[in-house]
Amino acid sequence: MNFLIDDAPALVVVLPLIVSAIIAFMPSSRWPWIISMITLVVHLFISFELLSMVQTSGVILYEFGNWQPPWGIAFKIDGINIGLQIIFSSFVLITTFYSRKIFLSEIHPDDSGKAYSLWLLAVGSLNGIILTNDIFNLFVFLEISALSSISLIALGAGMNRKALLAAFNYLIIGAIGATFYVIGVGFAYSMTGTLNMSDLVIQLSQYSTGQLAIFAGMSFMLIGLMVKSAVFPLHLWLPPAYSYAPSAVSTLFAALATKAILYFFVRLIYEVFTFYDHYLIIFLDYVLMPLSVSAIFVGTIIAIYQDDIKKLLAYSSIAQIGYITLAFSMNDQSGITAGFIHIFNHALIKGGLFMAIGYFAFSSQDRVTLSSINGYGQKYPITSFALLICGVSLIGIPLTNGFVSKLYLFQALYYNHMFITIALVAISSALAVIYFWKIVESLWFSSIKTEVVSEDPAIYIPLWIVAISIIIFGVFSAPIVELANMASINLFGGISN
Amino acid sequence: MVGGLFIIITSQNYIKKIVGLAIFQTSVFVFFVSLAKIIDGTAPILMKVEAIYSNPLPHVLILTAIVVGVATSALGLALVLQIYKNYNTIEEKEIEAEELKSER
Amino acid sequence: MSNSSLIIFGLLVPLLSALGSYVFQKNINLRDSFGVIGGIITFIISLIIFDGIQNFQEFSISLFPLIQGVDFTFRVTPLGSIFSLVASSLWILASIYTIGYMRGAAEDNQTRFVIFYSIAIHAALAIAWSGNLLVLFIFYEILTFSTFPLVGHKQNAESQAAGRVYLSILVGTSLMLFLPAIFWIWFQTGTLDFKSGGILDGKFPTEYLSFLVALLVFGIGKAAIMPIHRWLPAAMVAPTPVSALLHAVAVVKAGVFSFLVVVVYIIGPEYLFESKASDWLIWLASFTILASSIIAISKDDLKARLAYSTISQLSYIILGAALATTFAIKGASFHIITHAIGKITLFFCAGAIYVTAHVKKISQLNGLGYKTPLIFFAYTLGALSIIGVPPFVGSWSKFYLILGSLEADYLFVAIILGISSLLNIYYLLEPVFVGFRKKLTKDIHLTNAPLAVWPPVVTGLGCFVLFFFANYFDEIINGVLFL
Repeated sequence: MNFLIDDAPALVVVLPLIVSAIIAFMPSSRWPWIISMITLVVHLFISFELLSMVQTSGVILYEFGNWQPPWGIAFKIDGINIGLQIIFSSFVLITTFYSRKIFLSEIHPDDSGKAYSLWLLAVGSLNGIILTNDIFNLFVFLEISALSSISLIALGAGMNRKALLAAFNYLIIGAIGATFYVIGVGFAYSMTGTLNMSDLVIQLSQYSTGQLAIFAGMSFMLIGLMVKSAVFPLHLWLPPAYSYAPSAVSTLFAALATKAILYFFVRLIYEVFTFYDHYLIIFLDYVLMPLSVSAIFVGTIIAIYQDDIKKLLAYSSIAQIGYITLAFSMNDQSGITAGFIHIFNHALIKGGLFMAIGYFAFSSQDRVTLSSINGYGQKYPITSFALLICGVSLIGIPLTNGFVSKLYLFQALYYNHMFITIALVAISSALAVIYFWKIVESLWFSSIKTEVVSEDPAIYIPLWIVAISIIIFGVFSAPIVELANMASINLFGGISN
Repeated sequence: MVGGLFIIITSQNYIKKIVGLAIFQTSVFVFFVSLAKIIDGTAPILMKVEAIYSNPLPHVLILTAIVVGVATSALGLALVLQIYKNYNTIEEKEIEAEELKSER
Repeated sequence: MSNSSLIIFGLLVPLLSALGSYVFQKNINLRDSFGVIGGIITFIISLIIFDGIQNFQEFSISLFPLIQGVDFTFRVTPLGSIFSLVASSLWILASIYTIGYMRGAAEDNQTRFVIFYSIAIHAALAIAWSGNLLVLFIFYEILTFSTFPLVGHKQNAESQAAGRVYLSILVGTSLMLFLPAIFWIWFQTGTLDFKSGGILDGKFPTEYLSFLVALLVFGIGKAAIMPIHRWLPAAMVAPTPVSALLHAVAVVKAGVFSFLVVVVYIIGPEYLFESKASDWLIWLASFTILASSIIAISKDDLKARLAYSTISQLSYIILGAALATTFAIKGASFHIITHAIGKITLFFCAGAIYVTAHVKKISQLNGLGYKTPLIFFAYTLGALSIIGVPPFVGSWSKFYLILGSLEADYLFVAIILGISSLLNIYYLLEPVFVGFRKKLTKDIHLTNAPLAVWPPVVTGLGCFVLFFFANYFDEIINGVLFL
């Protein structure tokens, strides 16, 4: 069992990939899920193993094939990404557990092997994004996750053929984004001769004034990543993709996919490109920050006018991504902390919301719209109440983890004297109440009377685990804040090698 | 590069968009490979004679990228096939019209 | 029972009462009695706490940390003990009244009504006993959401629209204004705990204090200062027990209580007075007092008129807080008691008139006084108390407020209070005159609903009786400024 510990960083990524290949052609409809669950439980254990390793030794550097960087590809696990790793692992497990009935209702049962194979591919590659320390390796994982995501989204065509268009759109736009990123990598490589992020920092320090090629490279890389993480105005692929995908897929992606990429984005800016302060200031202050605020408002306002609830949640996600990038654009420790806190919290919130809506879609076998869920508060009280908790957290009411996110965001904005932005964020919170309230009204305050339907425990148990964690992390916010703090201190306190 | 992007944006036909994407990606590959060339360098195959070799690393990277590009195009074409089966057309305008009709 | 567990028990009783009503919903007498029993128990607890506070005992309990420097704490302040006493005592009467009204008017969904009513009382008590601004905010929001089903009770289009106005104004202001103000205070001082003399002096940039006051007074939408007042008349579509207890006592009092608590225990009256940061508020509150009185005159619907009267009276309390002198604060605190008991009388009567004679408009009250003399008697008592005529208890709080305005050298405020009393005379007593003016224009069939008639008589007489206990109240109010 030694290899479990020695090769743990690699295993978290490789294990899902290998199992994905195994179950790809299984004709059964039950076994792929069971095997996936087992794999992901092992995955969770390995993640916790990594956590304890990081807590003892600080940084784990894993070199593939024992090739020394900068020639070999390395994974780096340290204070910055271990928090994300744990959240990722736990949430993937919960979602996979949740997905069994719902996923299978939307695809042909014989395709279950292929579906879960794609699922594990997506999981493995997203995990690779979190762990890698090599910029080209990121591209590889980015593309693997994109390809598997596209296929998973297209699986929603069984319910609505627009999923195909959504998937195609995502393919084209995502590929453009990834290719932009590669162009950036090319520039970076041409100037420094290395692809390893730790080495890149050292090499870039030679060019203290900065060369045009490096700036061009940085811009391409950052823009490419912004496309993939749906920062306004490069977000247009996200709403159709999340709303026409199968519900379990939307849950997984809404919670985790863009967040992993945002993590790498932050790492690039604050770890690799730290020397180019004047460039960074221009990028952060004049590009990222205004775009974040726009994202918040555009996302929230368009969400208000949506009738289809999955689209509503997708636009809400764009607004939430806006909050995260706003926090990251502030160039100081409190901002990074706030951003990471919201990455963690939003995964739970949005995941929970999509899970609940997914159940509604499953039981009605139709698109979930504001009118179709009339009276569901009475019909599915357990699910609806969990949805209420997640929604209340989205608005940021105290005692939920959404409040903690907003608190730290306000604090970071306050330290940076960005008072107008504080007012704007406060206004957007109030606007978010509008679209959330529309859902609540449909659920409980419509004039339709229905009786209570017994709900499937296989579905409401994972949903309630998420809802309860929202409240627990809202009241006892210390663990999440600790993890985020660790990330920001590591990012700002020094460059670990 | 820009040509590829232009094709993607302006084409109505989905297959043409994929072609545009491929052109865009190929241009990036050429860019990378061009970085590899060292003046007076030869192919990076170890020889008995002393020689200056071109940098093999970008070539390797591009191999990966080409594979990814192939997979992307293949997936794109598979999607186009499914779209055709569902919509009976692969022209963007016609598909949009059809969607508007079915929404009514 | 120790002091700390007394608080927890007191907070649990309304929740248990709600649970009891839910479990025993089939037996309507049992279901409705839970409210009364709960009221009696919480009243006794409030009385014990109130008495303890007079003897400088401490009632506090800290449960767990919420954010850095702020724990989930309950701590009874003198002001809080006053509020909880008012809320719990009137809950008893309101529960009795609810039985009479809801059955007399044959409303549906009475179980849901009773359950949310109890939860709302719980939230009001928790606000009264909160130990810091964050806990207050949490229960402030819970109060908004638990009263929403009560406002939209009838579930017709009008109620739904009213519910939307209610929610959007209260939630919108609290999220956009109140919460940022709380954060700001937390950022500057690192704490949110209530302390005698306030926590801001020396830690807050004084030049921004008036801005903070603005955020607070507009953010605490339940205090209904103009222009954040629209929700109150909109909420009148609710059944009268809701209007009576919640919009005369619990919800609006929670609003002005919150503002008063912030002025007294967070900002500090002396700091506020010296900084002159609330001078603009004195003007705005005075404007609200007069404007809403004038609007009240134009209303023919009795409940609408009482709603605007409430808005006017609430601004008395805000005015007292804004003046920030000793007598002004005392007057404001006392006004919480006097207005509650007076206004609840008036609303009870309005509802009783509706239930017995099915009349909502003042113009239709012709001669009704002869048929339902008790109701009109109670109404007159309540009206006189609100107007501020001795020997009714309302005269004391008005007296203190006038003294407070003179103490602060704001003569014109004293004049405004006088004008307001004159306007009160007109619009509050008009229904009485119409009721006894002439004989009935047609025969009216009266529904018998004694339980809806006796509570207002009790509270009306209370307005009279309490006048003579002003001494006792004086001691209590004196303690408000000290924790």
